[in-house]
Amino acid sequence: MRARFSLQSLILFLPLGFLALFYFYPFAAILGFAFFGNGALDLSGFQAIFSDPYYLSVLWFTTWQAALSTLLTVIAALPAAYIFARYQFRGQTLARALTTLPFLMPTIVVAPAFIALFGPRGILNVALMNLFDLTSPPIQLLDTIWIILLAHIFYNYTIVFRIVSTAWANLDPQLGNAARMLGANRPRVFLEITLPLLLPAILAASLLVFIFDFTSFGVILILGGARLVTLEVEIYRTAANLFDLPLAAALSLVQIFFTLIFIFAYTRLQARVTAPARLRPQHITKRALKTLGEKIFVVANLATMLCFLLAPLGVLILQSLQTAQGFGLQNYFALHENTRGSATFIAPTDAIRNSLVFAGVTVALAVALGLLAAYGITRAQKGGGLFDALFLLPLATSAVTLGFGYIIAFSRAPLDFRAAVWLVPIAHTLVALPLVIRSVVPMLRQIRPNLREAAATLGANPTRVFREIDLPIVERAVIVGAVFAFIISLGEFGATTLIARPEFTTIPLAIYRFLGQPGLANYGQAMALSALLMLVSAAAIALMERARVGEGAEF
Amino acid sequence: MKHFLTFFTIIVFTALAACQGTSLQPTTAPGPTATIHIIPAELVVVTHDSFAMSDKALAEFQNANHVKVEILKAGDAGAALNKAILAGADNPLGDLFFGVDNTFLSRAEKADLFEAYKPKGADAIPDAFKLDPQFRLTPIDYGDVCLNYDKAWFKEKNIAPPTTLDDLIKPEYKSLLVVENPASSSPGLAFLLASISRFGADNYLDFWKALRANDVALSEGWNDAYYNKSTWSGNGDRPLVVSYATSPAAEVFFSEGKLTAPPTGNVLGDGACFRQIEFAGIFKNAKNPEMARRFMDFMLTETFQEDIPTQMFVFPIMPNTPLPDFYKFAETPKQPAQLAAEVIDANREKWIKEWTQAVLR
Repeated sequence: MRARFSLQSLILFLPLGFLALFYFYPFAAILGFAFFGNGALDLSGFQAIFSDPYYLSVLWFTTWQAALSTLLTVIAALPAAYIFARYQFRGQTLARALTTLPFLMPTIVVAPAFIALFGPRGILNVALMNLFDLTSPPIQLLDTIWIILLAHIFYNYTIVFRIVSTAWANLDPQLGNAARMLGANRPRVFLEITLPLLLPAILAASLLVFIFDFTSFGVILILGGARLVTLEVEIYRTAANLFDLPLAAALSLVQIFFTLIFIFAYTRLQARVTAPARLRPQHITKRALKTLGEKIFVVANLATMLCFLLAPLGVLILQSLQTAQGFGLQNYFALHENTRGSATFIAPTDAIRNSLVFAGVTVALAVALGLLAAYGITRAQKGGGLFDALFLLPLATSAVTLGFGYIIAFSRAPLDFRAAVWLVPIAHTLVALPLVIRSVVPMLRQIRPNLREAAATLGANPTRVFREIDLPIVERAVIVGAVFAFIISLGEFGATTLIARPEFTTIPLAIYRFLGQPGLANYGQAMALSALLMLVSAAAIALMERARVGEGAEF
Repeated sequence: MKHFLTFFTIIVFTALAACQGTSLQPTTAPGPTATIHIIPAELVVVTHDSFAMSDKALAEFQNANHVKVEILKAGDAGAALNKAILAGADNPLGDLFFGVDNTFLSRAEKADLFEAYKPKGADAIPDAFKLDPQFRLTPIDYGDVCLNYDKAWFKEKNIAPPTTLDDLIKPEYKSLLVVENPASSSPGLAFLLASISRFGADNYLDFWKALRANDVALSEGWNDAYYNKSTWSGNGDRPLVVSYATSPAAEVFFSEGKLTAPPTGNVLGDGACFRQIEFAGIFKNAKNPEMARRFMDFMLTETFQEDIPTQMFVFPIMPNTPLPDFYKFAETPKQPAQLAAEVIDANREKWIKEWTQAVLR
């Protein structure tokens, strides 16, 4: 038992050390600065929060919009998760890669696309006005909760879809078949057999989506108008513009506190619903489409899904082709031209290279550390839940607050990392790590212990047990995690501005630069660069997905 | 198993390649070569995201001074200054800071980050811009935040565009205006300050309540207001947007030769615009103070000043700097709103909170 414990600590040592150095230390630094900046303890921030009902209303709005967004995202993503788990059809890999694209698109370009679809002069309104002969736009979504909910589903769909679909694909269909043989109808099989077995994965995905929605920033900022405010937005205003650090730090702690409550509730729930299950490799669980009914069902579902996810992206591509001379590729060619001879100009090829390099490092770091952490968490006799929660904290922490922490913490030798370019993938890894862990942990928990024990009894050493039992089962989940790490890094904006050396500009940063200035060409080029971001990402993700071809054969 | 290993090998190699890639320094700087056996000098300019200068000007400075200029962009104007303050005076982020504007001037001065240095040529700067007599911060450029209006829209509706802030609360301009939140946007703050300058600190909220009753639309930032809510963007339904006086000129410049006249105009009546002046200063305890002083001098030379209009779309601070042709569309208000930097600093938070209370909640 002792020896096992020390192996335990060794496995967790690396990821925890990483977290301590790049999260807890800078976060403690900013808290110290905010609360002890003047030598004495200054809790005026908390006083301000508790004395003003405004903050309570912000907290309430933040919570309910996140809960509702999460629920709707799960409902929207379940049908597609089922289809991708149970059926084998052509174009599956491509379709799966496409669902990922929304997650990595910067809000600054998604917002105009949403507005072009749902805005007062958007496609939908114009069509309805023509159809029913109306004089004013019938759909008023902008600056309301509706467009925020839509955008949250749009962005986080892929998280639920991927995590649940992966778990579903490994569920043994025999269970359901047996129940049906015994006379249960389809809804009953789903509610009493499938859903309970899927719950761990659904909960894991929901928690992530909830935290993303709870700390939502860009969507609220651009689509919510100025009146709908989440805690994260309030913290940003307080820290970056009012520079009221005691208040910003207090608000950050409130945000973390509530996230921890949700994480705690999740852990309790997760422990109750998780049971070792009979996992099957996918070549057994999946089958081709047989009947016409099945084909119609799949096609209809796919069409709805892709329509919703891809329409805004399609609008964006359309806008990238719009130029002063009509439709054409001028915006794309113009990306390469440094017309103003600017010293801070960055060619799109360089931005793409920078983005890909950062994403590559992030994937490597996040997968390596995430696997170690996931193992440590599932093997820990006690405290596994605590570690689990610790790794989620970076997602719950306001980016601007942590960014200020970096400035204070890493400005002196031997930790003088200011302007260190490698901080970019480090920051991305902090955000990506919980997604890798969340993808892998549920699968690890569901491996039946007797499988491992049997292998051990037959003389396999621990490494071999890992290689032959655990790895084939978690392989898919690792790839899902790797894809998440990749897209988080590609789309990330906030942390990247931390250490923004112009020569290391990423694609999202370059897009923001273009949209910082007026003029048709800037708008067109921002859209062109967004289209390139989609293209490059889709290609890279499809490539990563290829890694799963033929998986399960060694099962 | 095999596939998993392949996958892992790929990412490890990507990572290795990546490490190599990131350690490569860009080689554009013609710094001194190793043969002269001195450590190549480096000057670190800390600035905000909107900073830009031309390759030509940069090369000229680097060659003349045998120095490599490293530009560090630290977020938007507010965030960049806050980061500089957080880093502290004894261990600054770089040698020089560019981009403190007059609304943040007092915050910067209070933090006591900058050393006094009067650059060569500073005498020629018009007195109205010299807000810091000690020259810890030297003005480099200025620009006006004004209302842009959609020329075609007003012509088609046969309404005259507004000329002053007072016009905006009239019924004929109902539901036409979009403004940015002053708590998160620099032009938004400038417009709020213009309203305070016009109506006074005691009465400006009445103006905003009237604006609210007149259905003013709100955006978190300039980008959303300009690209998503304006009529000329094709996305929105607001023909009046708080933007910059140079935006119409930029529309022509970035139209790929299609436009010969801007689609938008400026509301230039007295007190309707707010002037932003941008300053630069040398960090106390800079690693390379001598080079920082030379860069300060350089920023007031014609080479740099001439660059400002096309690179940053603001006006050069030095009078008689030649302007590019398309700047004939960049009008300047005769009488921009005035507020002293110390007054702004003493009240900024209070005004923003009052505004938030009256307009947002």
